[in-house]
Amino acid sequence: MTHAALINPLRVRQDFSLLAPTEGGARLVYLDSAATSQKPNAVLEAMDDYYRCANANVHRGVYRLAQEATERFEDGRRAVAELVAAPLAGTIFTKNATEAINLVAWAWGLRTLRPNDVVMVTEMEHHSGIVPWQIVAKMTGAEVRFAPITPDGELDHEWIDHTLASAPVRMVSIVHVSNVLGTVNPVADIVARAHAHGALVLVDASQSVPHMPVSFAGIGCDFMAFTGHKMLGPTGIGVLVGRPEILDGMEPFLGGGEMIADVRTDGSDWADLPNKFEAGTPPIAESVGLGAACIYLSSLGLDAVRAHEVHLTTYALDALSEIDGLRIFGPRDPARRGGALSFHLPDLHPHDIAQLVDEDNVCVRAGHHCAKPLMRALGVNATARASTYIYNDTDDIDALVTALHRARAYFAR
Amino acid sequence: MPGLDDLYQQLILDHYRRPRHRGTLSEPTIEVDQQNPLCGDELHITVRIVDDQITEIAHAGEGCSISQSSASMMSDAVVGHSVADALAMIEHFRRVMHGEIVADETILGDAIALEGVAKYPVRIKCALLSWMALKDGLINGTPTAQEDQ
Repeated sequence: MTHAALINPLRVRQDFSLLAPTEGGARLVYLDSAATSQKPNAVLEAMDDYYRCANANVHRGVYRLAQEATERFEDGRRAVAELVAAPLAGTIFTKNATEAINLVAWAWGLRTLRPNDVVMVTEMEHHSGIVPWQIVAKMTGAEVRFAPITPDGELDHEWIDHTLASAPVRMVSIVHVSNVLGTVNPVADIVARAHAHGALVLVDASQSVPHMPVSFAGIGCDFMAFTGHKMLGPTGIGVLVGRPEILDGMEPFLGGGEMIADVRTDGSDWADLPNKFEAGTPPIAESVGLGAACIYLSSLGLDAVRAHEVHLTTYALDALSEIDGLRIFGPRDPARRGGALSFHLPDLHPHDIAQLVDEDNVCVRAGHHCAKPLMRALGVNATARASTYIYNDTDDIDALVTALHRARAYFAR
Repeated sequence: MPGLDDLYQQLILDHYRRPRHRGTLSEPTIEVDQQNPLCGDELHITVRIVDDQITEIAHAGEGCSISQSSASMMSDAVVGHSVADALAMIEHFRRVMHGEIVADETILGDAIALEGVAKYPVRIKCALLSWMALKDGLINGTPTAQEDQ
């Protein structure tokens, strides 16, 4: 390749125990990072060390161990906020990105939306960006409208502008990078247009924060949701970033310990941000692990991470296109897409593809990818999806292509 | 791929490539839709029942090789049988898929080829999709069965 990738996947792989070759020399070709990433040893060690050396419940503890636990927990929050240029007070830990979006739908939407108000989502949303709004719309009388996609897998921006201008849109809830099409949506531009019409914007950044420089301040949105486990961190922790002035005006989502300033028999007062939205014991070890993941990503450099993704996607688009009859969904320009490559073969169902390539140790996902409205828009029930990350190289793409040829030959036997 | 030969037997690929009873009956006695929520596969089954006998059955929709061949094999197996016999076959197949009993070829016909699917937990749902759809249709959609309930 003429433009050498700035990431050295062979070097990176040494940090991931699960990706090490077995004694027989077989190697896992993991192409499902859009579902969850593998975890570097630095993350596992940070969590292990926390449990072994600093485990205590956070906040309010007077003894030194509790202070140490609190410091490590809050260090995780600081690392996350720094990574995405978010205000610390508006960086809230949730269980996952789904809970982060639900938090906004319930704590903001339920109290704000009125009958006939419009929540704009898109046909390329993950179910987590659709269902919470449908639930809250049903309770408030608001309406959920879907921005359509064009045949090449981009958003129909004319429809968006027309709807913003003609309907009482109060919220635009939109994915930054599609988990199926790979499309990178121009979210900063959409935020500016939505704000001009008085709508708030929530960006689902689950597929962008792990893969490219993302700035909450730069995008200018009101809320941003993402999850830890897709960005080298553990499961069980997600992030909602919100503009503090909006979060301050919202009522809590879940009630309980940690989120109060005072509890009396005649009522309670809420804690300051971000604790107001973190009821109960938070994901402490998970914050420690996520903090380590942020540091790991920063040390690689997210510009380099993105350059590596574009490099691999360019290679994969070319390699897959050479397979007879293979259809790739989403933009063909690697600069306009992420590393999730959904494809379809006329003679092999996605389930069979995933089963057959697994025989060659190639992990790809098959199904609707929690995006059934998008599947309907594409006119398919399911796709196979290969998605890359920092530990993948062009050998992995070659392994996929070889496995697809072998799968086809096997079915034609 | 020797490891997969148990799963993808020739008979399964044959039913997948040349599905029997594919299509939709007009004015069926029973009509049932089933979805596999895991993968989005959809199945539409129509059945004609005359004097408690399944005289015709057809399946339409999209799915993987396992779900499609299973629908084809099931249709072969139940056509010409009474509703009660078909329900017994379905129960036999369900128990085979869950590894509870050994498959009986005299009951299942070609569908015996699906026995190997029981070793692949994720694919059992694919194999069972059409059988559960037919069971649902026979129990909830047959006028006589409804009277019995």
